[in-house]
Amino acid sequence: MNMNLLLAGFGGQGILFTGKVVAYAGMLDGKEISWLPSYGPEMRGGTANCSVCVSDSPIGSPLVTAPDVLIAMNLPSLEKFESAVVPNGLIMVDSSIVDEKVKRNDVRAVYLPATRLAADSGLKGMANMVMAGRLYKETDFCSDASFKEGIKKSVPARKQELLDKNLAAVEIGLKSGE
Amino acid sequence: MPEKVLMKGNEALAEAAIMAGCRHFFGYPITPQTELAAHMSKRMPKVGGVYLQAESEVAAVNMVLGASAAGVRAMTSSSSPGISLKSEGLSYLAGSDLPALIVNVQRAGPGLGGIQPSQADYWQATRASGHGDFKMLVFAPSTVQEMIDLVADAFSLGDEYRMPAMILSDGLLGQMMEPVVMDDTKRTEVPERPWAVSGHGNKREHNIVNSLYIDPPNLEAILKERYEKYERIKEKEQRCEEYRTDDAEIVLVAYGASARISRSAVDAARKEGIKAGLIRPITLWPYPEKAISSRMATAKAFLCVEMSTGQMVDDVRLIVNGKRPVSFYGRTGGMIPTPAEVLNEIKKMNGGI
Amino acid sequence: MKFQRPHALTDIQFHYCPGCSHGIVHRLVAEAIDELGVEGNTTGVASVGCSVFAYNYFNCDMVQSPHGRAQAVATGIKRARPGNVVFTYQGDGDLAAIGTAETVHAATRGENITVIFINNAIYGMTGGQMAPTTLPGQVTQTTPYGRNVKEAGHPIRVCEMLSTLSGVALAERVSVDSVKNVKAAKKAIKKAFEYQVEGKGYTIIEVLSSCPTNWGLSMQDSLVWIRENMMSYYPLGVYRDIGAEEGKE
Repeated sequence: MNMNLLLAGFGGQGILFTGKVVAYAGMLDGKEISWLPSYGPEMRGGTANCSVCVSDSPIGSPLVTAPDVLIAMNLPSLEKFESAVVPNGLIMVDSSIVDEKVKRNDVRAVYLPATRLAADSGLKGMANMVMAGRLYKETDFCSDASFKEGIKKSVPARKQELLDKNLAAVEIGLKSGE
Repeated sequence: MPEKVLMKGNEALAEAAIMAGCRHFFGYPITPQTELAAHMSKRMPKVGGVYLQAESEVAAVNMVLGASAAGVRAMTSSSSPGISLKSEGLSYLAGSDLPALIVNVQRAGPGLGGIQPSQADYWQATRASGHGDFKMLVFAPSTVQEMIDLVADAFSLGDEYRMPAMILSDGLLGQMMEPVVMDDTKRTEVPERPWAVSGHGNKREHNIVNSLYIDPPNLEAILKERYEKYERIKEKEQRCEEYRTDDAEIVLVAYGASARISRSAVDAARKEGIKAGLIRPITLWPYPEKAISSRMATAKAFLCVEMSTGQMVDDVRLIVNGKRPVSFYGRTGGMIPTPAEVLNEIKKMNGGI
Repeated sequence: MKFQRPHALTDIQFHYCPGCSHGIVHRLVAEAIDELGVEGNTTGVASVGCSVFAYNYFNCDMVQSPHGRAQAVATGIKRARPGNVVFTYQGDGDLAAIGTAETVHAATRGENITVIFINNAIYGMTGGQMAPTTLPGQVTQTTPYGRNVKEAGHPIRVCEMLSTLSGVALAERVSVDSVKNVKAAKKAIKKAFEYQVEGKGYTIIEVLSSCPTNWGLSMQDSLVWIRENMMSYYPLGVYRDIGAEEGKE
């Protein structure tokens, strides 16, 4: 098992949080993991991205420059990182925000209207977790128990009321595409 | 065994300092060390400690000087431009024989440079941290776990040798999260400091913490004595990690974030049948001269990998002393080398041997 | 009455020039420490300038600080040992030029330390250059035609400036040019230390002082010069005293 994941989108879409969920899940599964955010001048609504490595062996560079999986939550992210994805890699796009299609033929593309699906279920702002659910379904990067526990660990103690909503959003992702 | 938790390098280092008995932190905001100070501001009031946001880096390091002189474990953290401002204080700490921890979460320079990870402060840390003849202990973590583990070492060796210690990290290690274990059974005791200016209590002569020796023969004698101490440290405290070096013909030398990348490159080279290995200095001062010297037995060539235009490579060249070719590969300005780029360099060298 | 050396002074002979005020002010500080009985838990911070060797003269624990950083160093000591008495002893160059930021911020934080500020309108140690407190028109090595305020700027009135800051408990300007003024200076210095012991906050005593050597004046003329030239620009008095304000309420 070796997954180099790049999550990208707008600040405020929960990009870093989603990365943390994946990292925690991988860790609980006994994998080596790393999580690295992009950082720069603080700007609300600016672009954010996050590199997550999940591997059976120690991780060298935590910076994902050739992702196995790209989650693009907005158009600039897709445009910027599409070409970086490894051949036969996976690109997941929030199709309720991004109208464009993946141009490459040598990668697998998944289009999921995560933002709309979340909103339809009264889970506005939880598109990231819908994507996380689908990511799990597509890649099976850890055990089911570790994935759920990873979500629990990622929600801060003082925001436990949000845990159920996060889990509900993940369910939407898991059931999507059927 | 405490459980593994996911922590950011900056926060892990801060928590480790608290675990090591540090209760006095003086800092000034700068990217990319921000989370370190923020963590301290959150945690220090809970453990009865002091977090003070100073008016400048200059003031912060001098507050550290005062606190250390008064006998407590004290630290400051910053990123490259801020370390330049602290250089005055570093010189005075060394000249006053005071222990203190200084953390540099390196970013690109010179000037304001950039805020992305860099290793361009190697010379500053090991050579030119301030005016005058002096050295600091310099530790280079390459994982978040090491950001934790080296803190206790930096504090306790600083105490043992009465000198400032630096943790030379970078934006990559500071910002990334990895699983870590916070093992507080490794907590080190803060030793007695009979030299401290904590008030003589009418029980002893007054203590003086000072770096001024106006009489040249006296100052020379003190400097010589300090350099004898440095020699003892060089003998005793060199640390590095060797990876696949036993039969290595091409020996990479890299520290910190560059070492992680080089390690991947070594694995990739081995898969292609190239006998590559890695020496990862953990102490940058004292530099692991012994390990590099003894590796000349198998090495046909050395390759230094850094996130700079080539600084540590000087030390490797000094040790190798012309007996083997020493190449350099680096990215700078906030660019991070990839394992593929490093592998390419290894291949070039392999073809050239 | 027997004239004795205060216990808080060592018996090392001062290196100061004849007629320099440092000796008097050292003594006043030492007397205050003696009278309050705090020598055993006092740490002093010597600065850079003529008083750099103050660490040899005071019997309490002493630190020698980098130029201008005395109040940052004192902050570190005080935060490490909040129960101790901490004072700095600084000249005008150290406190009001290279150390202005440290001074203003220690004051505004209300750092519970005592600052003894020697204002003699000149850099003594380096041989008589313009200080931030050098008077308009005053001739120094680096203002050979007199301080031209259009080029060199105006002298800083430190007590007035700091008195606007809420962290300051006591800011008072005194002089040691006469017996009467020395007595008043002693009272002010002791009060500053008392305020610190009571935890009232930042205290600063500015002492108008003489520098016959660099002023090029005799000892007697130096005292006259303080009265005739310095006191008009730097009026003596209390600029802030939260104790007195509390008393009024």
